[in-house]
Amino acid sequence: MTIDWIHFTPLASLLGGIMLGVAAVGFILLNGRILGISGILGGLLVPRSGDTSWRLSFLIGLLLAPITMSLLAPELVRAPRIDSDNATVVLAGLLVGLGTLYGSGCTSGHGVCGLSRLSPRSLVATVAFMASGFAIVYVVRHIF
Amino acid sequence: MHRFSEIMIGLLFGWGLLISGMTDPGKVLGFLDLAGNWDPSLAFVMGGAVLVGVMGFAVARKRTTSFLGAAMHLPTARDIDRRLIIGALTFGAGWGLAGFCPGPALVTMGAGEPKALLFVASMIAGMLLFKFLDRRRKTQATDGSII
Repeated sequence: MTIDWIHFTPLASLLGGIMLGVAAVGFILLNGRILGISGILGGLLVPRSGDTSWRLSFLIGLLLAPITMSLLAPELVRAPRIDSDNATVVLAGLLVGLGTLYGSGCTSGHGVCGLSRLSPRSLVATVAFMASGFAIVYVVRHIF
Repeated sequence: MHRFSEIMIGLLFGWGLLISGMTDPGKVLGFLDLAGNWDPSLAFVMGGAVLVGVMGFAVARKRTTSFLGAAMHLPTARDIDRRLIIGALTFGAGWGLAGFCPGPALVTMGAGEPKALLFVASMIAGMLLFKFLDRRRKTQATDGSII
């Protein structure tokens, strides 16, 4: 293993992570909701009355993040590196959609909120999706 | 007040993802590539988030209503079953293929990136497929037509 010192951003990532934690804590303490993106989005697909507006408001805020940040702090905006072809992106999206609802959470719901709640269930899920991610990247980058 | 708080928290979460670098699939895949040129940043993101989260959720656990007077929707499921593990493994496979998980994909779609839009559309298709299969399984289970 070698460390990628060129792309490694310990301070920015720690600061961004703290912001994610503050957002997750704010959501449960102010709105009484778990900040889990797959759950919030999944709950909108078969809407139940009285259960949609909080999801929509949160998602509107999330979608407005890049434009507001490029207005307020354009020097912090970096272009994403997306090397995957369209077929890979489609397959990846399908697996993420299926898997997050089947396993009841993603990096935010199980990862950030679940680990913060010290939930054994979320710890198992986080270890599982991390392991699966490590394995797939190993296979794609080092075997094929 | 609730709506305002939800929008601001959505914004803050999106800004956190942008500043942490997690909206860049190249950075996420750099973390998942242990055998290559490894970028440890994602561990710092999770570390920072969970550090704040542990303290905040300790307060949340003791409350019966939120500070804005809403009901507390804390998860109650505790079972570690096949659904949880197969679901998480499936999610991780998709995550490792393109480097997108749901939050960063939505933010990057908001930035107008066509591949993020394609990812989000496929993810929603996957979610709808799950809802369809899950509903069919439940109806069959109550009908007794399987097993």
